[in-house]
Amino acid sequence: MRHFCFRIPTTTIHLLRLLADTKSLFQKPTDDLLDMATTGPSNLNAKLVLLGDMGAGKSSLVLRFVKGQFLEFQESTIGAAFFSQTLAVNDATVKFEIWDTAGQERYHSLAPMYYRGAAAAIIVYDITNMDSFTRAKKWVQELQKQGNPNMVTALAGNKADLEEKRNVTTEEARVYAEENSLFFMETSAKAATNVNDIFHEIAKRLPRGQQPTQNPSGMVLVDRPTQGPRASATCCS
Amino acid sequence: MDEEYDVIVLGTGLKECILSGLLSVDGLKVLHMDRNDYYGGESTSLNLIQLWKKFRGSDKPPAHLGSSRDYNVDMVPKFIMANGALVRVLIHTDVTKYLYFKAVDGSFVYNKGKVHKVPATDMEALKSPLMGIFEKRRARKFFIYVQDYNENDPKTHEGMDLTRVTTKELIAKYGLDDNTIDFIGHALALHRDDRYLHEPALDTVKRMKLYAESLARFQGGSPYIYPLYGLGELPQAFARLSAVYGGTYMLNKPECKVEFDEEGKVCGVTSEGETAKCKKVVCDPSYLPNKVRKVGKVARAICIMSHPIPNTNESHSVQVIIPQKQLGRRSDMYLFCCSYSHNVAPKGKFIAFVSTEAESDQPEIELKAGIDLLGPVDEIFYDVYDRFEPVNEPSLDNCFISNSYDATTHFESTVIDVLNMYSMITGKVLDLNVDLSAASAAEE
Repeated sequence: MRHFCFRIPTTTIHLLRLLADTKSLFQKPTDDLLDMATTGPSNLNAKLVLLGDMGAGKSSLVLRFVKGQFLEFQESTIGAAFFSQTLAVNDATVKFEIWDTAGQERYHSLAPMYYRGAAAAIIVYDITNMDSFTRAKKWVQELQKQGNPNMVTALAGNKADLEEKRNVTTEEARVYAEENSLFFMETSAKAATNVNDIFHEIAKRLPRGQQPTQNPSGMVLVDRPTQGPRASATCCS
Repeated sequence: MDEEYDVIVLGTGLKECILSGLLSVDGLKVLHMDRNDYYGGESTSLNLIQLWKKFRGSDKPPAHLGSSRDYNVDMVPKFIMANGALVRVLIHTDVTKYLYFKAVDGSFVYNKGKVHKVPATDMEALKSPLMGIFEKRRARKFFIYVQDYNENDPKTHEGMDLTRVTTKELIAKYGLDDNTIDFIGHALALHRDDRYLHEPALDTVKRMKLYAESLARFQGGSPYIYPLYGLGELPQAFARLSAVYGGTYMLNKPECKVEFDEEGKVCGVTSEGETAKCKKVVCDPSYLPNKVRKVGKVARAICIMSHPIPNTNESHSVQVIIPQKQLGRRSDMYLFCCSYSHNVAPKGKFIAFVSTEAESDQPEIELKAGIDLLGPVDEIFYDVYDRFEPVNEPSLDNCFISNSYDATTHFESTVIDVLNMYSMITGKVLDLNVDLSAASAAEE
């Protein structure tokens, strides 16, 4: 039975997370809550944000990782820019909440909330496009300004299957990544190269024993069918 | 930007962002611009440096206040009614997944020089020091009537048609004294002035039920919730919704001049020499100053403190309502306080607001009674801003202008404005019948 009851001491801060995904309600959130409440070291929730130029392949990387799919002519992100995926790493599980930019990077209008509480970031560029690498460096700076200092940051040189059109050398990117304490991989969402690996590597590097994201413990507010009789306003004062 | 859009939205205040999100989800092609380089417009939350720039003309806040980015100071402080319209919109649009909320610790009312917890149910009425022993019993009966009242079940109406009986007549039936009526009307039904007494009682009864049901939802000390990192998160979250459904975002666009054709209908928006064409414009009053009129002004004080508001049970987030009569005013005054527990200030710091519909041009004097309840403050900023409402005819010019944010302490009037605008823009009514009866997974 996955529906837990627990009481929060009145002094405890109540965290309300409004969720509307009915399917996940009876499973994940309650579990996560307990994990958060008990700070179990073996389960982590981690917000992961994607950054990088339009067309670098941010959405393709996520789609490959979450659904194992690749679309040759992926449209600009519409309708879905929020995914979650759970990974088992050693003796722990990491549940990634993955945020895509939803196109707001195009005119530099990414909102501060995008970076809030992010535990990890993948900065994506296209190895066939030098401009996208130059702008990836700008995203690194932006992240250093906006993000939390303990963030695990990866640099992904995507479209590695297009070796013949390469414009950014592996060496150049590797050196840059080392200088900026990023870990670096070349990936191909199309050929499924290094995609799972980069997420796994991030999962391994996440700090353990603490929730890197929001405040711990509290209540979850959900939109779901009522279970059993509910207390009325009269009797729960 | 030289493209044609269905709708161009100007200003990224909460109302504009909700509309932008709803319209993009409807499949309309939306361009959303703001003259500022940040989201939120009038309803943004400022960090300490931005706050100093706005009110002190300097970008060097004192170091002892802590890091600038730890501050999120709301420019339009409000709380969210847990069962209210904004929560319905959040759930309907699924924007909830981008936000974290916490319950607000306390809801209080000022009465005869003292601050009291607001009694919201028959049981609380019996315990409240706001009333004498006989008045408590009368109030209890009235509370039970309101709790049991069901619009669709005439048996609960006790023979009264609340669409015709005035609030004053309804309350008279229960023999409540003026003092009780005052806190019921202002602290529970959240009326801003006393007009409600002569209006049909149904509205007041519904407002009281909303308060009680919101309070019961989390069994906290108030009917309110509030997002971590401040209200500025709300417009950002709805902007994200809009972007996810294809909305284009451009901040830091100067001018944003609305263009009209020879018939006076809107045809585009020009910024930095480029014109984007559109069929409709949605904006806040500042983008079309010739199509709005001033309807009032809000006076407020913003305070940084190192302690909670005195006499509120050490609440780290709280609302105190000071009904108009208590201060001999025409409109209520509100205290609003949030703190590091909602991530709007560094550890140990509290942000308090005193606000009211201004009746003078001297906020220092007008707000003094409220400020005196705060105790010592580290910093205080005074501000008066004008409120506008549109005077245009949207069916003639295709411009849809929002009302300025009022001084109310919650978002009910904000969402009503948004829903009305949505209907005018699309000809549709938004169905907000989401299931609110399910409160919290952790509650039982």
